[in-house]
Amino acid sequence: MIRFATALCLGTAIALPARAEVDIQTVTSPGGIDAWLVEEHSLPFVALEIAFKGGTSLDVEGKRGAVNLMAGLLEEGSGNLDARGFARATEALATSFSFSSSAEELSISARFLTENFDASVALLRDAIQNPRFEQTDIERVRAQVISGLAFDAKDPNDIASKTFATMAYGDHPYGTIDAGTVDSVAALTRDDLVEAHSNVLVRDRVLIGAVGDITPEQLGNLLDALLGDLPETGPLMPPMVEPQIEGGVTVVEFDTPQSVALFGQRGIGVDDDDYFAAVLLNQVLGGGSFESRLMQEVREKRGLTYGVYSYLASRDLANAFMGQVSSSNDRIGEAISVIRDQWQLAAEQGVTEEELANAKTYLTGAYPLRFDGNATIAGILVGMQMIGLDPEYVNTRNDKVERVTLKDVQRAAGELMDPDALHFVVVGKPEGLVSE
Amino acid sequence: MLRYAKAALIPALLLPAAAMAQSSAKVTDFMLDNGMQVVVVEDDRAPVVQHMLWYRAGSADEPKGSSGVAHFLEHLLFKATDKMESGEFSSVVAANGGRDNAFTSYDYTAYFQRVAADRLELMMTMEADRMKNIRLTRENIATERDVIIEERNQRTENNPQALFGEQISAAQYLNHRYGTPIIGWMHEMEELDLDDALSFYELYYSPNNTVLVVSGDVTPDEVRTLAEEHYGPIPRNPDLPERLRTEEPRQNAERRVIFRDARVAQPYISRSYLVPERDSGAQETAAALTILSQILGGGTTSFLADKLQFEAQLATFTTAWYSGVSLDDTTFRMVIVPATGVSLAEGEAALDQALVDFMQAGVDAEQLERIKLQIRASEIYAQDNVDGIANRYGSALTSGLTVEDVQAWPEILDAVTAEDIMQAAELLRREASVTGWLLRPEGEI
Repeated sequence: MIRFATALCLGTAIALPARAEVDIQTVTSPGGIDAWLVEEHSLPFVALEIAFKGGTSLDVEGKRGAVNLMAGLLEEGSGNLDARGFARATEALATSFSFSSSAEELSISARFLTENFDASVALLRDAIQNPRFEQTDIERVRAQVISGLAFDAKDPNDIASKTFATMAYGDHPYGTIDAGTVDSVAALTRDDLVEAHSNVLVRDRVLIGAVGDITPEQLGNLLDALLGDLPETGPLMPPMVEPQIEGGVTVVEFDTPQSVALFGQRGIGVDDDDYFAAVLLNQVLGGGSFESRLMQEVREKRGLTYGVYSYLASRDLANAFMGQVSSSNDRIGEAISVIRDQWQLAAEQGVTEEELANAKTYLTGAYPLRFDGNATIAGILVGMQMIGLDPEYVNTRNDKVERVTLKDVQRAAGELMDPDALHFVVVGKPEGLVSE
Repeated sequence: MLRYAKAALIPALLLPAAAMAQSSAKVTDFMLDNGMQVVVVEDDRAPVVQHMLWYRAGSADEPKGSSGVAHFLEHLLFKATDKMESGEFSSVVAANGGRDNAFTSYDYTAYFQRVAADRLELMMTMEADRMKNIRLTRENIATERDVIIEERNQRTENNPQALFGEQISAAQYLNHRYGTPIIGWMHEMEELDLDDALSFYELYYSPNNTVLVVSGDVTPDEVRTLAEEHYGPIPRNPDLPERLRTEEPRQNAERRVIFRDARVAQPYISRSYLVPERDSGAQETAAALTILSQILGGGTTSFLADKLQFEAQLATFTTAWYSGVSLDDTTFRMVIVPATGVSLAEGEAALDQALVDFMQAGVDAEQLERIKLQIRASEIYAQDNVDGIANRYGSALTSGLTVEDVQAWPEILDAVTAEDIMQAAELLRREASVTGWLLRPEGEI
């Protein structure tokens, strides 16, 4: 065993991580719209990712759910086509469009063959600029949204998310479900959807990533065709919000065999000098791999769960340090107690030199593995713009990880981790746990 | 059944029929002397490889009374071997910047790592080691059994849709192991022990029961050299049993499952029919069923959506799906979520009427043409995801199909006629179906 382990260590030490082999170009259209492009002409198709910042957080007061419903209707009829006509047209071009919304963005993912470039762009242009919002379509999609809300109201994971969000963010858009409530969705009118459309799909909040068989000139023309006639700007974004999280437990009674616990405390922004130190800290603590302390302590040693993880929820308008675990009702108390101890331990003592080295090797080695396919890369390009990075980041990111010292992580652990303020929302029938 | 997945709620229910075509990516296959089959899918766009080892052993190969042992063993393969400490396998993968996991299905168990291309040999060294050399302790068994029980809690016990689906499969298969959940029945999982795990391991884990699939930035020669060095020395198991399974009798009565649960938010109807899978050298019926599932339930333009969501407005959601990759007879399924105010009985009647209407209306030629166009296009899109192609080979070759079958599949799909589809639709016999209703305890039926 020793011989083998030594050989492995050598292998790890001499192997340098592969580099992300993507060449990002920045493109500005004749009409002045910016985008990021990775040309990849080996396959005859293009993946396009478009995000409008703000998303459902731009819902107008009293109209919760309008942006979500509007986004759901973009593919349900536009221009000269009704819902089924639009779907048949996309099928006949073998193209695919998907539209979705979140508290951060309204996003559009498109994929089309080079040979069908013009027709696909024309179709997508109508979906973005000329949605019909016909009453029968509104009613059909509204029923789907309400059905989804009913579903989420019985799902322990969704109940936990909603409870935590309400506690932490109150009246801020981050504090409520962005699909709205049954009542708010039922009250939405066509005018509300038109207003949501003109508020969210605006030129100065759009971020674009394109990957595939397309040149900068073609992309420039595409951008003007797709987005050129949208309004220049929209209403102000909601303000940043500091999460209100105090230490304790909130139990939401729900009759199910396994309790779901969502936990969290205040977080750290992506622009913070200690952000990468926090990323490494989280990787060691509960970053999702089997090696994390939480997986080792809660799952591997004690068999208390199938999965436990923590994550930096560093978002556009708020930052939290979150985690999740699920254990049967008679064992969730023990799982929470182990997690609390680990939180305390990391806050007091940080991580070890060896843990930091392993986390760095993992993060730097895994980074280039992410760039595996046109659509994935297009998504990464938009994600980078979303948090204000520059294209050069793909080449400097691993250096930023490498530069973090043990001292940096210990400092970040001390400043960030606040065991006394860690709050658990538990949904289920947890034995021996009460709200406190 | 992934060993660990963060979000794993009802993917099977809502996924469209899996992308159907194979790409023309460069695929090479060969056999090692000890019976290990090897497939290499080349793609040099990124310096990355995926190394997958597929065993032709899944939950349907388990002995009676030990349901879940195939999946339990999958978890236990991450424990110690003669050379590695418990957990070291994943640690080494992570320390090399890679990601690893495993999954179990009815007909296969697969282990994979995704790493930088120059770490392939290290992955093979470790994977070959754990094919024969695991060393389990009583403590491993006790702790990991708790983990799989929590996994079942998370995936199934906490999820009425999953419990409902389990009952439908059990009702569908009277005489075949596909009626038993992959993760196992809870009462049997609780009794799984070291002997159960080791006897499954010793019977099925040998090179002549595996398919090695390596995809990415690698050549067939490199794979052959490394595979011969690391897997080649492992002797074949001469006593590997043939995969003979009991067959379903002809179904003479319709079956009905009524599942009530207070956690149900949205009542719905699920319909299952026993139908043929893709058979080696004879995939035509499966191809027709595959396209039929698209025609009936493949989204906004499908027949069921047209009839039930747009025209009659009796449903909020409809879908149909069929996946032909299976060792034995599989199922064709449909789901209809009735609109508000529409009862389950009315929803079921509407579904059956729509199917009768389809048999009279026949296949819409334009719709068929659009579906075939998409199949052809998916061959291009598929090349962007070489690991997806690797998955198709792995699952097909452990489900009774050959490399030739996989490569012939796009053309067989393309050759399906309207007549073939209507003939396949005749297989969906009402009297040989299972119909399930999922509803709240007080819900009316």
